[in-house]
Amino acid sequence: MSRLLELAQAVVADAGRRGASAAECVVRAGRELSVQVRMGATESIKQAEGNALGIRVFRGRRAGVTYSSDLSPDAAARMLDAALAIAEAASEDPFAGLPEPELLGRAHPDLELYSPAAAAVTPDQALDWALRAERAALDCDPRLSNSDGASVEAGETTKALANSHGFAGEVRRSSCSLSVVPIAVENGSRQRDYWYTLGREPDLLEAPEAVGRIAAQRTLRRLGARKMPTARVPVVFDPQAARSLLGHVLEAVSGEAVYREASFLAGQLGTVVAAPSFTLVDDGLRPGGFGSSPFDAEGVPTRTTAVISHGRLDSYLLNTYAARKLSLTTTGNAARPLAGAPSVSCGNLTLLPGSASPQQILGGISQGLYVTELIGFGVNAVTGDYSRGACGLWIENGALAFPVEEITIAGNLRDMLKNIAAVGNDLPNRGAVNAPTVLIEGMTVAGS
Amino acid sequence: MPSLRTAQEFFASRYGVSSADLEHYLAAALSRGGDYADLYFEHQATSSISLEEGLVKSATQGISLGVGVRVLSGERTGYAYTDDLSRDRILRAAHVAAHIASGPAQTRIAGLRASDLGGRSLYPAPQAPTDAEMAAKLALVRRAERAARAWDARVFQARVGYADELRQVLVVGSDGRCASDRQPMARLSVLCLARENGATEKGSAGGGGRVELEFFDQEITPEHLGVQAAREAVQLLGARPCPAGEMQVVLGPGWPGILLHEAIGHGLEADFNRKGTSAFTGLLGRRVASEKCTVVDNGTLPGRRGSLNMDDEGTPTQCTTLIERGILKGYLQDHLSSHLTRAHATGNGRRESYAHMPMPRMTNTYMLAGEDDPADIIRSVERGLYAVNFGGGQVDITNGKFVFSASECYLIENGEVTAPVKGATLIGNGPEVLTHVSMVGNDLRLDQGIGTCGKEGQSVPVGVGIPSLKVDRLTVGGTQ
Repeated sequence: MSRLLELAQAVVADAGRRGASAAECVVRAGRELSVQVRMGATESIKQAEGNALGIRVFRGRRAGVTYSSDLSPDAAARMLDAALAIAEAASEDPFAGLPEPELLGRAHPDLELYSPAAAAVTPDQALDWALRAERAALDCDPRLSNSDGASVEAGETTKALANSHGFAGEVRRSSCSLSVVPIAVENGSRQRDYWYTLGREPDLLEAPEAVGRIAAQRTLRRLGARKMPTARVPVVFDPQAARSLLGHVLEAVSGEAVYREASFLAGQLGTVVAAPSFTLVDDGLRPGGFGSSPFDAEGVPTRTTAVISHGRLDSYLLNTYAARKLSLTTTGNAARPLAGAPSVSCGNLTLLPGSASPQQILGGISQGLYVTELIGFGVNAVTGDYSRGACGLWIENGALAFPVEEITIAGNLRDMLKNIAAVGNDLPNRGAVNAPTVLIEGMTVAGS
Repeated sequence: MPSLRTAQEFFASRYGVSSADLEHYLAAALSRGGDYADLYFEHQATSSISLEEGLVKSATQGISLGVGVRVLSGERTGYAYTDDLSRDRILRAAHVAAHIASGPAQTRIAGLRASDLGGRSLYPAPQAPTDAEMAAKLALVRRAERAARAWDARVFQARVGYADELRQVLVVGSDGRCASDRQPMARLSVLCLARENGATEKGSAGGGGRVELEFFDQEITPEHLGVQAAREAVQLLGARPCPAGEMQVVLGPGWPGILLHEAIGHGLEADFNRKGTSAFTGLLGRRVASEKCTVVDNGTLPGRRGSLNMDDEGTPTQCTTLIERGILKGYLQDHLSSHLTRAHATGNGRRESYAHMPMPRMTNTYMLAGEDDPADIIRSVERGLYAVNFGGGQVDITNGKFVFSASECYLIENGEVTAPVKGATLIGNGPEVLTHVSMVGNDLRLDQGIGTCGKEGQSVPVGVGIPSLKVDRLTVGGTQ
């Protein structure tokens, strides 16, 4: 058994001796390397190791939470006492508590989340990849005359979790990533865009040159962007922009928002909330997946959950507390921010692909907007109201015509989900949340 | 009384960090050469309470402790950190950071001397909010909840959060600087949901700063925040959809100053300008706003959320004029950018924690008051939008396009504020938007202390402010 898991179990045992009726302890340790280059030169190299310990104790139905970056037995004992004191002052909450013992996982499948090769990446290797990616980008076109640089990150984390129901689990993950941000300058105006790759080990990264070239193309196509007149037109979200839509749906199907009635999807289980082409699945068990984990932050096994099937809302994503509030069963989606009580997050969240190619989707549009980037926070999960800054390309007669910027797109997520007219066949596999191209009818584009 | 000790004494007595140790670590950091090295020791204690459905469902406490070692060599930075303050681990971090340079050891390390922060004391020293009893904090939270629920029967939910922290920091540099600070912070926030005829709306409010708990009795009370959040939620129940397109926009005083933060502030951070990646690159001395606009970044306001006695590189904060009567005057500098561009450091080198490298960041960014009566500003608009409260904002530094999202706004029709409309996103171009400012109110106000700014994955607390402003042309992202 590892040192981290031993520590977690020791804290849980100690909690019982000090008067906790139930306890949970998570211990995390990790190391990271990150390098940044810009204009062909090294800008920074950062290397570090860090630890953290989080404790949750219960006195009956009253909870207390503490955390510390210090893993020494003294510090753990101090944080345990602090957690018990907090629980003393907290309210009696009939829904509070650890997951029921029968819900906890025992066997933990190996989900291929760790490769020693990630932690073995040296600063020189990382610098080489970053420099190659940036050079490949800037070599694409003389207008790419500046850069916000390229970066490579590599590292690993180990998380050990134990609780007083006897749960003990440990998961080790590695990751590395490469990103590059070229800047194009033409007629005194500047544009940036980016591209990236990530994987559990360096061999799973796309070639630095390929990443650089995509970043270059994405940046160049933004040059000469103009504003458009205000209009109601079809809006096509490229897979990057479509990911953000999944983020908003995730917030709305999160059990916490639902039991608080702070979601536009509250109370709609079993009803149609989206177009028939919309099927959203959360999978915590995909081998190598960036959202994968054998168990969630409360020790409950993760699983595959059909969230929305052909437009019908089939399940919320739940942790133990939200599930009890809604008289449902946890879906194994508990997350734990170190400094707080468990929240809800997704595993690998995927909008399943449709049959149309992106070209076919664009082909049916005479005037419309192809969105490649969205900025701002104008999304209200309570009401579904949606209004964000956008940039991308204008669609004319079925093809991408010219770049546009300084516009917004607005609507309401309730309508937007139902007005999805097409889902593309171009599902990427990049990180934990993935969506193909999505076409939404009838949004308002605001401009001049 | 422990809270009266300086952070330097704190690290010396609790963790045995002596002056000789510090010089030894700096020597290790410069053992392969380099222009400058510094150490950032940080001990952060936090506590929080959240009240929901009338219950204290969650309360937390936490400690994070560590030291970051940085080595600068030309434009290059080497960085390493450890959360273990033992000599071995700090020395190891120093040697790792040293690898950025590749020359003979830099032996000219100035003897450490206490930095002169001018006896600056912008926040309470005797009692930090983290020292207060939990019962006192709980009482504030309950008062806010009661006020929100009592405001209107349509308010069916009020969630209240209280959070505080005390950060003790010590910065030592190879130029001999040795500066320490104790930085308290407290914040109270309320989120309300109101319901009518099947429709639900939310309202939120928050306030705080680098203050003692008494602040919430004297300055911004829990009742004020509770009512503010409840009123916003109830107001929105009757709101119409927002218009779309270009129109005149009047921004109310205070938090709508987030306009300056997004449109101007980020673009004037020196790192972007040194690299030529900002839309403001090369505009120093040029007109970027109407004559009525003077904008400053001021880290020296007592008790403010964005204020600091010194920045996270040990440089005293100051008031920096960014735009004077419409002309771009200055950038926000950290140690590295000021050194490379031979400019003065402006005390804007900030970082989220010991695990992060410092970079130029804003403190409290605001526009000075003008001469217009706010009522006249409204009266001058035939058809437009009056935006008084906002959620977050974001900017693309390179092309200058920024957005910020209104959470409370109204139509202006024939010089009068009429119907509330649903929140919309406003979008504009940073170097251009302030040239369309035609009226500036005499009612400068700073926000209540809720802002958190994100840059390159690092969050730091900031403040913003404006007087009432009339912008003649801004794109409003509504649906109608």
